[in-house]
Amino acid sequence: MPDVMAISDARLAEVALTREEYELAVNELDRSPTEVELGVIGAMWSEHCGYKTSRPLLARLPTTGERVLQGPGENAGAVDIGAGMACVFKIESHNHPSAIEPYQGAATGVGGILRDVFTMGARPVALLDSLRFGPFEEAEQRRLLEGVVAGVGGYGNCIGVPTVGGELYFDPSYRGNCLVNAMCVGIIERSRLTRSAAAGPGNVVLLVGADTGRDGIHGATFASVELNEASSERRPAVQVGNPFLEKCLMEACVSLAGDPRIVAMQDLGAAGLTSSSAELAHRGGCGIELDVARVSRRERGMTPYEVMLSESQERMLLVVRPEDADQVRAEFDRWDLHSDVVGRITDTGRMVVRDDGATVCDLPLSLLVDEVPLRHPPARRPAGLDAALAADPLADSPPWDAGETLLRLLRSPNIGSRRPIFRRYDHQVGDDTVLPPGADAALLRVRGIGGGIALSTDGNARHGALDPRLGAALAVCEAARNVVAVGAAPIALTNCLNFGNPEKPEVFWQLAEAVEGIREACLALGIPVVSGNVSLYNDTAGESIAPTTVIGMVGLLDDLGRRTQPGFVRDGDAVLLLGRVGMDLGGSEYQRLTAEVNAGPRPALDLDLERRVQVAALEAIRDGLVSSCHDLSEGGLGVALAESCILGGRGVRVARRFLAVGRPIVRMAILFGESPSRFLLSAPPDRVGALREVAARHRVELRDLGVTGGDRLVVEGLADLGLDEVTRAHASALLPPA
Amino acid sequence: MRFGIAVFPGTWSDRDCARAVEVAGQESVHLWHRDRDLRGADCVILPGGFSYGDHLRAGAVARFAPLMESVMEFAARGGLVWGICNGFQILCEAHLLPGALTRNASLEFRCEMSWLRVETAATPFTSGCEAGDILAIPVSHGEGRYVADPGTLDRLDAEDRVAFRYVAPDGSPVGDASPNGSLRDIAGIVSEGRNVLGMMPHPERAAEALLGSADGLRLFRGVVEAVDRSGSFTQARPHR
Amino acid sequence: MSRFVAEVVVSLKPVVNDPQGLTVRAGLHQLGFAEVSEVRVGKHIVIDLEAESEAAARARVGDMCERLLRNPVIEDHTISIHTPEPR
Repeated sequence: MPDVMAISDARLAEVALTREEYELAVNELDRSPTEVELGVIGAMWSEHCGYKTSRPLLARLPTTGERVLQGPGENAGAVDIGAGMACVFKIESHNHPSAIEPYQGAATGVGGILRDVFTMGARPVALLDSLRFGPFEEAEQRRLLEGVVAGVGGYGNCIGVPTVGGELYFDPSYRGNCLVNAMCVGIIERSRLTRSAAAGPGNVVLLVGADTGRDGIHGATFASVELNEASSERRPAVQVGNPFLEKCLMEACVSLAGDPRIVAMQDLGAAGLTSSSAELAHRGGCGIELDVARVSRRERGMTPYEVMLSESQERMLLVVRPEDADQVRAEFDRWDLHSDVVGRITDTGRMVVRDDGATVCDLPLSLLVDEVPLRHPPARRPAGLDAALAADPLADSPPWDAGETLLRLLRSPNIGSRRPIFRRYDHQVGDDTVLPPGADAALLRVRGIGGGIALSTDGNARHGALDPRLGAALAVCEAARNVVAVGAAPIALTNCLNFGNPEKPEVFWQLAEAVEGIREACLALGIPVVSGNVSLYNDTAGESIAPTTVIGMVGLLDDLGRRTQPGFVRDGDAVLLLGRVGMDLGGSEYQRLTAEVNAGPRPALDLDLERRVQVAALEAIRDGLVSSCHDLSEGGLGVALAESCILGGRGVRVARRFLAVGRPIVRMAILFGESPSRFLLSAPPDRVGALREVAARHRVELRDLGVTGGDRLVVEGLADLGLDEVTRAHASALLPPA
Repeated sequence: MRFGIAVFPGTWSDRDCARAVEVAGQESVHLWHRDRDLRGADCVILPGGFSYGDHLRAGAVARFAPLMESVMEFAARGGLVWGICNGFQILCEAHLLPGALTRNASLEFRCEMSWLRVETAATPFTSGCEAGDILAIPVSHGEGRYVADPGTLDRLDAEDRVAFRYVAPDGSPVGDASPNGSLRDIAGIVSEGRNVLGMMPHPERAAEALLGSADGLRLFRGVVEAVDRSGSFTQARPHR
Repeated sequence: MSRFVAEVVVSLKPVVNDPQGLTVRAGLHQLGFAEVSEVRVGKHIVIDLEAESEAAARARVGDMCERLLRNPVIEDHTISIHTPEPR
């Protein structure tokens, strides 16, 4: 029996394996692994590749539905959007690399998610970015923001895929560990969808694209450990993206989609050649043999270990029949893309790596993929959470001036205009962007289906910190409401679970709760999860980020002529609130501003009501009853009113009777509470009757608020602000402090 | 008529231009950077994008593509060449147009609506407009600040070769709202022969009201009418 | 105090991928410069400054490199200092 103690702790730490896990591998192999094998096992058993902590939880998510063409397990999910077309999408994190080098971290995050989509053959048509940083007031956080925004734009603008949406929040919990989640959406004819399961022993394996360098070695394991002082020493791991090369790779791959000569296609991401080849072969129930000597290198003197674990960007593996190899290589040559025949498919169920004849790795694929040692850490509800939830710090607080409060909320970096960010992203290339960033959801025309898709990403960390299950469910509901608000029916979602170190019982509890929250909301709303990503170990100096569930939603709109947007469109329209009035200040921006805490009482969520409100809104929009529709989220009704005024360039007058209730704090709660399950609508007066019938049919409240018009935002008896003042406050939120 | 749309590695407005041509009811063909054949195009569009990644300087590498030899010869014979965004940068690098495009004054990429005042209708491209017309056409670039020495700028003005200037939506001077800080607010210029136009904004993105503006279509239609009027701008049409 | 001119060359570390260098190399090959084997693209920054001595100038510029001029994660730098030509 080999001596499992012969290996040093330092070496095990480098490949992020525990001694128990190492022992398991040794027992399975009945020998000590070679250096290359050790690297391969470490990468494949990392959280990033092997999902060893989250896998049992993720099995709880509903992943089926009549539109689902491809659920989790492939490079990206795919749904049927009619007329023989499919929408392919996924969201993924690139948090750790962005914390080390914000520009390149964000850029290569965008590059990676693009490859996941065009690996399926789909042409990427949209990108969205969900970003989280520490307080905007801190110069270091603005430096990170600047780098990340420049990196997202640098890659997306160059490659020519529009960045149409996303969100951005600041919270102290992200101070040492920013979050960069990128979502990509692609479109393809269903019949051309390309899969990544290898087949046909004897078929050859092509490696296409960039040469392999010493980029990001151990990136996968790096993403699976906490950031600490030593992280800066991992800096050689930083990858520099080449969007120009990826553009060529994308065009070549998209043009080859559905081509019978392509047996399988798989991009190289985390753990590079190791995980891509293992997954390719394992999905097809085959084996694979690679010769690292045939891999073109960017640098001299690279070892087989380095070649197998390199995370050089812009590379793709293809499986083709031997007789087609030259023709397929010629297709890539056309785009000046280099390709190497690096191996072949076998029927052995093993991953064999040679270096010019010498075998350096020979492992059963089942060991690498099926036998990932799962971790079932203990879960514990955090102490102090109940006290925070029970607290009601605003119950007796003196109310602020409503108008002044609204201006302060609009100036909040968490709420105000994102224009300084999104005007740096090309959001139009492709000529299909019907609703650009700024509406509740982006709306894109899809040629060939006669309609379009609506896209939104959402996730509120403050609610998640109070109650991760509720926070995750609220994220699903808000993302769904956002696509409903433009007139689209939500059809499927992708999720990105950003959490701290799951070895802490409190963090594992948060993760488990969040998955349950997504499950409950998906089941209630009938929306399947078709793809996703888990990012754990988002900790610095022992402090975990707030649990952050980000949902990327796709909605379908049959008729672009029936779209809505949030801006008031004409004077004299009735302004109405569809859904709950709601008075939930717990976890709200108002609470953050006034009491500087995040505490209860948490918002109440009735999932059946949520569903009925969405159905009613969609029906009203499709029947042409509404002029504008806006979801209520951060900053509540007050901020929604202001945004509809700003976007529509006209004022509003909210009648006194709507707010003539109770104590002053109750009026603040109605204006600024962040309850779910409601929309702000405007409608021509002659449509209000029909609107009431729709609301009644779905047992949803519809309240009269007032009327549009003028150049002031007036809440009678509480606030009276000039539109120019409101617009200026909103526009100033992301300007650097003087 | 037939538009030829150049495709370099890194070009991304080729499909958008083809779409605009289709909306204008015309035919388009793609011209591959390695080919020399202009495939009988009446007007060659050098579209937007990041040809060769914009590495070194935007347009610096693309100008040496085999296709560009044909385009330069075509232009010399009076053929219509329309450089949009990256295409404008390539035309300046190839010295078909004077001046250069440098980093935006803001040092940031800008993607937003811009308003252009048509400065001259005496070009095939603007023949469907009148001087003083205001067109809403979006920009999307990081290096669009037009610069040239004062003598060149004076000459462009004197020869009526400034095709478009950035203005405010009401036609007043654009001032600090300029998307890129171009000298004299120049958004587009034509060659001495008036058959080569370079412009930073994207008219192909303003071809449908659904997407925000249809003003760009007037330029495509202008080209079509001009070609119809004159038959052809080249003295000898290339072999089809 | 004396005047010095510092020339700083910032370049990507040898181990870091340089997409721009790859494109320039391909462009040179296309133009027939077949003898070119590698191209790396960097930035050249010229700084006029006052300092007590050349060593002091070098130290100050070194500090500027660490804090602003280079990105220590991916870039190296070299500094050369010389005395400006009298005007």
